[in-house]
Amino acid sequence: MINAVGREIPEEILKITGKEGYQGAKAKDNFEFTRGAARIRAMVDPTRSKVVDSIHDVLVKCGMRDGMTISFHHHFREGDYVVNMVMEEIHRMGFKDISICATSLGKAHDPIVPMIEDGTVTSIRSSGVRGKIGQAISTGKLKNLAVMCSHGGRVRAIESGEVHIDIAFIGAPSADEYGNLKANGGKSNCGVLSYAMADAQYADKVVAVTDTLVPFPNVPASISMTNVDYVVVVDEIGNPAKIATGAAKPTTDMRKLRMADYCTQFVINTPYFKDGFSYQTGVGGASIASTISLAEEMEKRGIRMGFGVGGLTTPMCSLLERDLVGVLVDTQDFDLGAVESIQKHPDRHIEISASEYANPFNKGAYVNKLDFVILAALEVDVNFNCNVVVGSDGVITGAQGGHPDTAAGAKCTIVIAPLLQGRIPAVCTSVTTVTTPGETVDVLITDYGIAINPRRQDLIDCMKGTKLPICTIEELRDMAYSIVGEPDPVQFGDRVVGIIEGRDGTVMDVVREIKPYEFRD
Amino acid sequence: MEIKKAAMAGTLESSDAQVTVEPGENGIDLSIESSVIHQFGRQIRATVLETLNRLQVTDAKVTVVDKGALDCTLKARVECAVYRSNGITENLPWGGVIK
Repeated sequence: MINAVGREIPEEILKITGKEGYQGAKAKDNFEFTRGAARIRAMVDPTRSKVVDSIHDVLVKCGMRDGMTISFHHHFREGDYVVNMVMEEIHRMGFKDISICATSLGKAHDPIVPMIEDGTVTSIRSSGVRGKIGQAISTGKLKNLAVMCSHGGRVRAIESGEVHIDIAFIGAPSADEYGNLKANGGKSNCGVLSYAMADAQYADKVVAVTDTLVPFPNVPASISMTNVDYVVVVDEIGNPAKIATGAAKPTTDMRKLRMADYCTQFVINTPYFKDGFSYQTGVGGASIASTISLAEEMEKRGIRMGFGVGGLTTPMCSLLERDLVGVLVDTQDFDLGAVESIQKHPDRHIEISASEYANPFNKGAYVNKLDFVILAALEVDVNFNCNVVVGSDGVITGAQGGHPDTAAGAKCTIVIAPLLQGRIPAVCTSVTTVTTPGETVDVLITDYGIAINPRRQDLIDCMKGTKLPICTIEELRDMAYSIVGEPDPVQFGDRVVGIIEGRDGTVMDVVREIKPYEFRD
Repeated sequence: MEIKKAAMAGTLESSDAQVTVEPGENGIDLSIESSVIHQFGRQIRATVLETLNRLQVTDAKVTVVDKGALDCTLKARVECAVYRSNGITENLPWGGVIK
């Protein structure tokens, strides 16, 4: 079938996954369902201990067996040690056919690749994959389909029972012996445990992995003892210094500064820029620069942000320091400045769950209350569809994160992308893979001009009389192609290796196996 | 032009290409490696062959390691490598066969 973003979804894929094709951003509004549930083993005997000596022992106690689904969170980002630690033991013990349900996987998890090759891991559900796991999936090494989901979509899948987690492993910077877990107060702090909260509630067995055992009670706990079966103490759960790997530092790149300036000018010329507005931005150089320049405009005009949502970085947290924002709600800290901020301002920098952040299938999430979201993209096509997962070379190389969730929720969704990255045009006729549907994207800002989605005549009208270089998205594409030439589509193989899952659980697009390039005469 | 000896032009920096020409027989033996092969492999090959043809190079082994260079860069690197293989580094025919 052809779905609502014009992508051909093979019937076979719909059959295997039991899914429908994507039907539109609001197609599942009012959808009713019964939540899934965890199987609980009661803790009646007060003399029983939850502390277990090793990952090996806890796997035995949890009844680990072939075919299970296990979950992880990614708050340590590229500094995470927990995934590899657990997977190495699972591999050593010889379990097969394991499904990994992670909030995200990165280069830190390259050691998983041999376990994909030997059948230890046969399914992966993740926001995305970077590094060698992406390469392995794209070259067809994973037995089953990889499912790339948004942060909101992952919680939806867990809460609705579509995905059932057998054992959740939660890297906890501090824990007491009864399983009250905090994201701070340990040797390696990660700021929040937001993405692990659904896992703690919906997994049958919940294992805390910590390197800092503190006296009972470890409160206020991000994850309560009422949901934790076991506590394993290990030497190190992560390296917080690597949390910021991949995140941008304040930029001096003129192209990015120009785009940041365009973004700020665009934002302040919309009707949403008024006292109490809400805002989310990512970790790209231009997004960070635009947060900095927006703060200056806010100070100049006496406008204060009501709340900021994140994925947070130091520039967003500095808005709190300068009292330019009422409250920050936080699901992930991209640098150590943000990790410090949540400890320093417990009253105004608040940890929220991934469900509160972005789940389309609860009774209301923060993304629905956003005025602005500033996003990046690998590719944007003339229908404003964005690709943030698959590189222009066809290899899985990124993650959905909250991209489709925030785009769907915000009143004004702005994507910033340089027109060209080397020879690769960011604006094209048709994206390699759709992750975020164009109907939810309002504005594309490039270093060569700004295109507003024709669906948003209101925003087009707002920008009349400004000096911003407004043009059509087709003009941006043509400008790009006139410089680099028109790119050929990637030569994919036939086999589908993964799906891009829409946040509502439908199939947005499929990812096919790559094959070596062949010259065709 | 004849390829008299092996010669090289360009770098492996991003947005550049490194072109090596070596003496060859029986036509052009072209190998291309590129970071953007999927999108631009066809255009890279066309540009390199067109440039060699303009320089009347008929027999050579040509190796291109491309890091996302634009066509103008590719042309310049091919031209430079061919002239270097002939020991010509001055009084180049600007506006003539070099466009």
